[in-house]
Amino acid sequence: MKLGFYPGCSLEGASREYNESVMAIAEKIGIELVSIPDWNCCGATAAHNLNKELSLSLPARNLALAEEAGLTELVVPCAACYSRFTMVQHELMHDEPLHKRVNEIIGKEYKGNLRILNVIQFIDEYVIDKLDENVKFEFNKKVACYYGCLLVRPNKVLKFDRTEDPQTMDIVMKKLGADAIDWAYKTECCGAGFSVSFTEAVARLSGNIVEDAVHRGAEAIIVACPMCHSNLDMRRKEIDKFNGKKSDIPVIYITQAIGVALGIDHKKLGLQRHFVPVNLKDFKPFVKKEIDVEKPQNMEVE
Amino acid sequence: MSNPHHTEDNTLAGKIKKNVGVSLVKCYQCGKCSAGCPVSGDMDYPPSLLIHKLQTGLPNHEEDVLRSKSIWYCLSCEMCIARCPMEVDIPPMMDYLRGESIRLNKANPAAKNIIKFHKAFLNSIKNTGRLYEMGLIVDYKMKSLNMMQDVTLAPTMLAKGKLKIFPEMIKNRKNIRQIFLNTINKQK
Ligand code: SF4
Ligand code: SF4
Repeated sequence: MKLGFYPGCSLEGASREYNESVMAIAEKIGIELVSIPDWNCCGATAAHNLNKELSLSLPARNLALAEEAGLTELVVPCAACYSRFTMVQHELMHDEPLHKRVNEIIGKEYKGNLRILNVIQFIDEYVIDKLDENVKFEFNKKVACYYGCLLVRPNKVLKFDRTEDPQTMDIVMKKLGADAIDWAYKTECCGAGFSVSFTEAVARLSGNIVEDAVHRGAEAIIVACPMCHSNLDMRRKEIDKFNGKKSDIPVIYITQAIGVALGIDHKKLGLQRHFVPVNLKDFKPFVKKEIDVEKPQNMEVE
Repeated sequence: MSNPHHTEDNTLAGKIKKNVGVSLVKCYQCGKCSAGCPVSGDMDYPPSLLIHKLQTGLPNHEEDVLRSKSIWYCLSCEMCIARCPMEVDIPPMMDYLRGESIRLNKANPAAKNIIKFHKAFLNSIKNTGRLYEMGLIVDYKMKSLNMMQDVTLAPTMLAKGKLKIFPEMIKNRKNIRQIFLNTINKQK
């Protein structure tokens, strides 16, 4: 089975372990991820902070190229790219003149027939049913699932999960045998793309997140966004300074956690690339058990 | 306008309504946005106060808004709109205000490095079609003259295989340049 794929710049650079782990689990369960030919950067925060038309056109070019390549579903693991793509699709489909204008700017026609999936939707639709037969190890750890902003907000456009207490990652982790804790910072902002230009804010916001996870006894923070990962992992020195104490809680992509449970080599999942070392050991063999997970009701919004 | 019933609203709030469709009259100043905003403590005016200033339509208040730190400190985290009982969509308002603030040369000096970073980021895309992180760091350091910041970050990233030495170039860079020329680099 083939699905369209947009890695985005982070996954090709500073967050390559995210890419490596997405690819590794896709391979394991027999899904081929086909990159959009000649894709470009989505423009991220910089574009929509400075110029609206640019922030619409950069993602639109990718969406148009994906359609040209005959792709119908697009997996976008980076939460920031996913948010930009989904917002652009929403805006263009609700504003005919703007849609026309953007098509002119990019010199291509984006029709709007693409289904855009974030990593958790991808897991939910294509991976989760294959877990029981493929999982080798139980992820028997206490974990804090951290969603951040861009997977859940704005709910009106993304229509993904509950805005304040999302559950989708928690459900996946419970299936793998983890104890997904309740905690207070699930959807608080980590400081996003301001890691370099407004480091004090990132240290404080990410500091509060790490502090709460540690305080509640989590052994790992599970994420699905490269910005969240870099802030919580690569900024740990600043975080520890803000909190006034050292912390060693690792930050793991949900795809890495699934990979570990599937028995994929940790190096292949890029776990050695983190700044905060990942020393999770003693995984027990997986025994399938029925867990009582109630699928969250998505908030109904018009 | 000749028709007195259809005079154009020339306040900044009017322009926000017209250009991004966000209606600030709906805001009844409950303050939930400011309570949930992760950076309201860093801002000179928290989001609800920014809106209040715009609601007055007074030139001095509008000036405060365009020259504020707030619009640049906003992280686009979308918490405010998630919690606003009146669905006042603040993040696109912030995007619009940032654009206007730059256009009118009114950006707050405290936002200097944030803007330099955004510009360095876009430069990288304009040249290669993708973000070239190594180039971005060098470009930002040159622009901000902040040479010593994060000196230890880059070498560790390199050692962990997280930085590419050479940029990744897309094939149709002409198409990207055309997009920039048609948008942010448009000759007015
Ligand atoms: S939450 Fe909404 S209604 Fe309340 S002050 Fe903020 S913008 Fe106004
Ligand atoms: S989007 Fe901006 S104004 Fe709204 S809560 Fe986040 S940082 Fe504050």
